[in-house]
Amino acid sequence: MTGMTLAAAIPPIPAPHIEYLQLSPMLAVFGAALVGVLAEAFVPRRHRYTAQIGIALAGLAASFGLILYLAVDGYATNKADLAAMGAVAVDGPSLFLQGVITLVAVVAVLQFAERRLEPRSSTGASVDAFAPEAAAVPGSDAERRAATSGHATTEVYPLTMFAVGGMLLFPAASDLLTMFVALEVFSLPLYLICALARRRRLLSQEAAVKYFLLGAFSSAFFLFGLALVYGYAGSVQLSRIADVVEGRATITPALAQTTGNDVLLLIGLAMLGVGLLFKVGAVPFHMWTPDVYQGAPTPVTGFMASATKVAAFGAMLRLLYVAFPGLSWDWRPVLWGVAILTMVAGAIIAVTQTDVKRLLAYSSVAHAGFILTGVIALDRSGLGAVMFYLAAYSFVTLGAFAVVTLVRDADGEATHLSRWAGLGRRSPLLAAVFALFLLAFAGIPLTSGFTGKFAVFQAASGSGGTALVIVGVLSSAVAAFFYIRVIVLMFFSDPRADGPTVAVPSPLTGAAIGLGAVVTVVLGVAPEYFLHLANQASLFVR
Amino acid sequence: MDNLIPVLVAVPLLGAALLLCGGRRLDRVGHWLGTLLAFASFGVGLALFFSMLGRSTADRPVHVTLYTWIPVNGFQADVGFQLDQLSMTFVLLITGVGSLIHLYSVGYMAHDQKRRRFFGYLNLFLAAMLLLVLADNYLLLYVGWEGVGLASYLLIGFWQHKPSAATAAKKAFLVNRVGDVGLSIAVMLMFTTFGTFAFTPVFAHASQATQATLTGIGLMLLLAACGKSAQVPLQSWLGDAMEGPTPVSALIHAATMVTAGVYLITRSSAIFNLAPTAQLATVVVGAVTLLFGAIVGCAKDDIKKALAGSTMSQIGYMVLAAGLGPIGYVFAIMHLVTHGFFKAGLFLGAGSVMHGMNDEVDMRKYGGLRKYMPLTFVTFGLGYLAIIGFPGLSGFFSKDKIIEAAFGHGGTEGWILGTCTLVGAAVTAFYMTRVMLMTFFGEKRWVPDADGHDPHPHESPAVMGAPMVILAFGSVFLGGLFSINSSFVHWLSPVTGYQEGHSPLSTTTVTVCTTVVLLLGVGVAWMMYGRRPVPAVPPLGSLLTRAARRDLLQDDFNHVVLVSGGSHLTRFLVYLEGKGLDGLVNGIAALIGGTSGRVRKVQNGYVRSYALSMFGGALVLAATTLLMRAV
Repeated sequence: MTGMTLAAAIPPIPAPHIEYLQLSPMLAVFGAALVGVLAEAFVPRRHRYTAQIGIALAGLAASFGLILYLAVDGYATNKADLAAMGAVAVDGPSLFLQGVITLVAVVAVLQFAERRLEPRSSTGASVDAFAPEAAAVPGSDAERRAATSGHATTEVYPLTMFAVGGMLLFPAASDLLTMFVALEVFSLPLYLICALARRRRLLSQEAAVKYFLLGAFSSAFFLFGLALVYGYAGSVQLSRIADVVEGRATITPALAQTTGNDVLLLIGLAMLGVGLLFKVGAVPFHMWTPDVYQGAPTPVTGFMASATKVAAFGAMLRLLYVAFPGLSWDWRPVLWGVAILTMVAGAIIAVTQTDVKRLLAYSSVAHAGFILTGVIALDRSGLGAVMFYLAAYSFVTLGAFAVVTLVRDADGEATHLSRWAGLGRRSPLLAAVFALFLLAFAGIPLTSGFTGKFAVFQAASGSGGTALVIVGVLSSAVAAFFYIRVIVLMFFSDPRADGPTVAVPSPLTGAAIGLGAVVTVVLGVAPEYFLHLANQASLFVR
Repeated sequence: MDNLIPVLVAVPLLGAALLLCGGRRLDRVGHWLGTLLAFASFGVGLALFFSMLGRSTADRPVHVTLYTWIPVNGFQADVGFQLDQLSMTFVLLITGVGSLIHLYSVGYMAHDQKRRRFFGYLNLFLAAMLLLVLADNYLLLYVGWEGVGLASYLLIGFWQHKPSAATAAKKAFLVNRVGDVGLSIAVMLMFTTFGTFAFTPVFAHASQATQATLTGIGLMLLLAACGKSAQVPLQSWLGDAMEGPTPVSALIHAATMVTAGVYLITRSSAIFNLAPTAQLATVVVGAVTLLFGAIVGCAKDDIKKALAGSTMSQIGYMVLAAGLGPIGYVFAIMHLVTHGFFKAGLFLGAGSVMHGMNDEVDMRKYGGLRKYMPLTFVTFGLGYLAIIGFPGLSGFFSKDKIIEAAFGHGGTEGWILGTCTLVGAAVTAFYMTRVMLMTFFGEKRWVPDADGHDPHPHESPAVMGAPMVILAFGSVFLGGLFSINSSFVHWLSPVTGYQEGHSPLSTTTVTVCTTVVLLLGVGVAWMMYGRRPVPAVPPLGSLLTRAARRDLLQDDFNHVVLVSGGSHLTRFLVYLEGKGLDGLVNGIAALIGGTSGRVRKVQNGYVRSYALSMFGGALVLAATTLLMRAV
């Protein structure tokens, strides 16, 4: 009896409508992650490596296939729509960036699986770049035992899959809460795998702790901003926020006190911005990048530097282009300042770096600035240009970090620049490929870097950002100095007698480097098709 | 038939490719292959010539566009050929004289180890020279222009084991660069003015360009012509170029390549006709050079250098005639053709003499050779009579016309130019008689060569003699042939235009004057070198003689003004660059480096400072966002 009255009093909760097909690329990756966790528990130790790689690659391949299917089926253009009760947008930018992220993840998994670079353990098992037992204290007996028995941290694969899943969701999230969840889903696994370096474990753990602390700090900003914006708009839905900002929406009576309070809105926007600018590594929220890039295992650095940037810029674009275009008079000048500061500081500080990984970290800071100039354009050409830039940049970055893993001496990777002197004399092919990546970073014509830079600068100048472009070009000139200095060092210095050797990689790393080089050249020499693709995909669904 | 035009260029180009890339396999037949291809090209040229003769005047020019070389929006360059009466004349001269000299070289270079390469270079030269005169636009002409420059460089320095030859080649190349820069500027000016390089549209629209542009183009073309044709002030390379094998001197540095400047001016007549300043500069250059070369020719004891001075002087006549405009173009080309024959003949004769005299070039060590080398004596003698303008021979007709045209220029200028050409004719008669007398007449003054061998002067083989005979025929009859019914004028005037000059002197007066100065020159030479024995050691001579022996101080002038001036300028610029520009650049670099060094200290590794910077950044971000709303 009472049960019946209760049932009558409480209105039935409507079952959410989930469009599984549109969400399937993310579901495939998350599914692979869950299967990976199960495999970690049930598959015997000696088969885990093979099983995990198989699961991860299968998940990514399925995801990429589904993305292609959705794109071909029109979900990038005329069928683009919000899914999962308005929480996830499946549209051109989502699918384009998700495609880039899955491809980047495939290459990253190949590099994670590389087992020919480290010397074999005493049992004869070949090992990878990750710590044998993450929980063991560095230098302890437990670690030594784990190392000698040839253990491996195969947990990195499910962790990576979780991170990739979060990254796929991040640029597609069309409400602030989903966006926050996605942010945390991809950040937490990254914090963990940053700590897993086999060599220099203390440095790696320090990097992970720094990354975690600062990441949590920035997440707090994001969450705080989310709350303030909710207070202003009465919704976390991006399109709904845009309606309130532009005065189209009716106001919820319960929130009438705060709705329309511009101070809440502006501070909230700034806080959300802090969270995203931290993830892309813009000045002054960039300080984690050099330390983390240096400390993390190099394959992980490559993965973070490329995939995180793609996902974070995707979310930033959606946030600014969908929710806040009406506030462009408020945020554009601020982003102008951030972009200029980022380009200039990134380029200038990189000049005196002596470590290859730190150099690449500052270079990534400068590139975040270049990409921001395209974001500021706030039009379709800017969106297309940024997406093209992200695709081009991520493959160059992956390739460059993959090269770094190969230059080794007895202590592992030889990352100090002075050790790279004369590399071009001893390993001309590898040095030439690295030179190609550096030229692409510098934006020299016939490389993808030039096309991308040209596209974003064109978009920026087309929307009144000529001054921004001038600063960008000047910073590029400064940046060209340190890229080309490395080339000069490699090809025009005498090799050191005790210099590092270049390890012969397995086909896994070889494929990563080769793919990076091919994409770099193709996007530089014949970019039309891909520019066209990016431009076609550059329309957000609201 | 017209499709044969590209074949003209392709045949010798194929020869060059075969001979230069063919390797040792072709050593035994290479020289004959090269000669055969040169004659083949001549045959094609003849076929085209008769085909052209068969058409009416209006239909004679033919265009063939092979393909579009550079197809860029707004920048269209075709590989196209234009065969009209002017280029036809050059084609026959180049392939005709060229083939004869190929044949001569078979004998002359018989014992040279690098003979195959020599013929490869000769074929390369033919191809480039034909490209130069057949191009229907200035860009392609420029390709040929550089091609002949390259061939000239390679052949002057052919015996590069001799430092003098290597230096001479380098000198020719460098001096020619100055002229080439002129041509490239002219081509660029044309493109910016007319938007095209092709002859037809450029000449059609020439009248629409401003006077200043036309003068600029004209002067730059003149600079180019000065370089290639060894005209003052870019004349200094030609004398040294005689370091090359004698057939090269005959073909490239007498008959064909050095006349490319005259071709360029004549071809660009539409521009020069509209630019009186450029024309004035051209006649001045011509007049100065014709006297300059003649004076230098008087003082040289080296037979080839005397002839080189003569070449310079004769081309001076042509340039002067071309500068006179429509009254002179035809005669410039006519003199060019006759000169091509008699000067090539003279050089081949000189080569024959050297061949018989252990490669001795000093005329003071010749003497009395007429008995020993009768064929060479006769052919050389006919060439000599032709060049001094002996009545009835080729040079008489062509040079006489130029002198007449110079007077016909009118006014004071006409008198000055006419007088210069007459004086030049007298000096020509003097120095050529001197060469003749010192070489073939008088006592034997032979001396043993460095290895102690006495010279045994002998006649050259038939393969060398035949070309000399044919060229001698040309030297004798060509001028007369051209002058019957003014046939050459009728032939060429549709292309270059022609009008009668208004000479204050009648044709007869000019002819009489020319003959008088000719006799005067010959007489003086006879007095000095015929009646008196020639001293084996050159006497000190007057100041002018000594200056002329040093090429009228051309190298001293170049050294003082250009070399040391240039090096001082360079030093100054290096100083300026070091202190000024480098200072600025290095200053910026140091500033960036210093800033970088300082800023990177902010990156201290403490996570708390990082968090603080983020917090500060967030504050600034929020504050500026608010501020943006406030303002």
